[in-house]
Amino acid sequence: MPTLAQYLLLSAILFAIGTAGVFVRRNLITILLSIEIMLNAVNLTFVAFGRALGSADGQIIVFFVMTVAAAEAAVGLAIVIALFRHKESLNPDTFTSLKW
Amino acid sequence: MTPLLVAQIVLTLFVFFMLLNSAAIMVYVERKVAALLQQRLGPYLVGPKGLLQPLADVIKLMFKEELRPKAADAFLFALAPIISATCAFAAFSVVPFGADTTLFGWIPAALRLQVAEVNVAILVVFAIASMSVYGIVLAGWSSNSKYSLLGGLRSSAQMISYELSYGLALAGVLVIGNSLSLRELVDGQAGTWFGFVPRWYLFLQPVGFLIYMIAGIAETNRAPFDFPEAEQELVAGYHTEYSSMSFAMFFLAEYINMVTVSAVATDLFLGGWHGPFLPESLGWIWFLLKVSAILFFYVWMRWTLPRYRYDQLMAFGWKVLLPLAVVNLLVTAAGVLYFSA
Amino acid sequence: MLFYVFGAIAIVTSLLVIGQRNPVYSVLLLIASFGALSGLYVLLDAPFAAVIQIIVYAGAIMVLFLFVVMLLNAPHEDTEYDERVHPLLRPGPMRFGAALAVALIVELGWALTRRADAGAFPSASVSSVDAIGRSLFTDYAFQFEVTSILILVAMVGAVVLARREGQG
Repeated sequence: MPTLAQYLLLSAILFAIGTAGVFVRRNLITILLSIEIMLNAVNLTFVAFGRALGSADGQIIVFFVMTVAAAEAAVGLAIVIALFRHKESLNPDTFTSLKW
Repeated sequence: MTPLLVAQIVLTLFVFFMLLNSAAIMVYVERKVAALLQQRLGPYLVGPKGLLQPLADVIKLMFKEELRPKAADAFLFALAPIISATCAFAAFSVVPFGADTTLFGWIPAALRLQVAEVNVAILVVFAIASMSVYGIVLAGWSSNSKYSLLGGLRSSAQMISYELSYGLALAGVLVIGNSLSLRELVDGQAGTWFGFVPRWYLFLQPVGFLIYMIAGIAETNRAPFDFPEAEQELVAGYHTEYSSMSFAMFFLAEYINMVTVSAVATDLFLGGWHGPFLPESLGWIWFLLKVSAILFFYVWMRWTLPRYRYDQLMAFGWKVLLPLAVVNLLVTAAGVLYFSA
Repeated sequence: MLFYVFGAIAIVTSLLVIGQRNPVYSVLLLIASFGALSGLYVLLDAPFAAVIQIIVYAGAIMVLFLFVVMLLNAPHEDTEYDERVHPLLRPGPMRFGAALAVALIVELGWALTRRADAGAFPSASVSSVDAIGRSLFTDYAFQFEVTSILILVAMVGAVVLARREGQG
């Protein structure tokens, strides 16, 4: 039976992978996917602590985090579509000027 | 290797084998019923009354050449039918089809006639139905052809739109039955009112059953909601470029999804394996009869109604079915609150 | 034992997600990662979280990502850099990104394993969906209603942002 520390370490590794993805990749969709990895790592932490403390609050917070992640993914992808229509590229480095 | 474990393994293999058989039987039933509805004979050459026709079809499909377009993404092209077929089989694994049985005393403890018992069984069926969208969208994308891509995207958009009404129709039954486990929901339907009317949730939730059946037909991409695979409009939609066994796997997945939707409808609305005149241990016979009735209804629908156009289909799903399902849930919840207060 | 299997799958697929050129493969690998996480939730006696992870994340959000990737049909990234070198191996990102990830892991790992009570879990207590539902509608009712407004705002926002110019 793995300990709480092992679950938290796994969550830390996933969070770090997500963060590295946001910094390293130059493709808007992959950046959004890395954000989803980070949110999932946080969900794992919440569920692990909920189990360790014996309350259902962990799963309830996971429910809310998932809802927020869904809303954020929808709006983020709509922005990506709008940007792509304007400049035909998904590289964040092409969107450097404040003028539309 | 206790007898119970052996019995469970045998049960799993048996369910798998019977699902394969049911797909073959459905092929025959579809063609024969279609023929009789259209006042012609249907298959009658192969075997007595054409009963060996599915066998002939399987042999023909196995001997066809396996093609793949050159520009298609090989890995995804091979993966898509596997995802479709796997999700179709997996969804049936939590559906119970009979009462606990001890197989005439051969095993010590009671064997549940269900491959996997989870206490959130309905949610598992719903989750796996959501995953089966991927088989279709990947098939459309990886074929690298415009008919396939359009068919795949339309089909998956239709499936995710009707999933909402599907789930809300189920929620009405959950509110009445007060449990997420399919077995407990079926057991809540045992017995009768006034001695002859069975306690089915169909009588408590008629609108819910209607919504569930319509959403189920749309989920499995059957007529009148089969625009994405309509021959006249889109060649064959997302499975245009597939041949031989991959094509067979898509069809297998479609028929098994139909069987799963019918089985869940039977468990939730029609009382599962409870019925008069037979002892509990033979309840699976009633289950088979009820599932067969719903499958016949499916085939009947296909060959009677004209097809919906795609925008009519989507408008119906979002503007009519979803509000109806929400209102149904509200009325059900109000009713439960009123009658139990 | 299953923890190590699911954990390994989650880590490997997440690494592959940030390492793939083709965004369609990234999305599919992320779905596999979500499946592994769902398995971990089942191991943590949280069947509700496991099932809604599949329904919401793997079954809805990723379908949205997949639709956008397929409809945009974007070229693979980076035409300014040398095409033959993999993105993760180019000098700038490699040094900064890897260093950041390693620093984060070491830091978080040190902090998290210092806790005196981060030991074994207490005895099993499966929180039923019934209890979660009651909690959601009584203690957390306000947050629940706020998330429904949030989803409405997100829907309207997504439709407005993705609209073409000149449409009503």
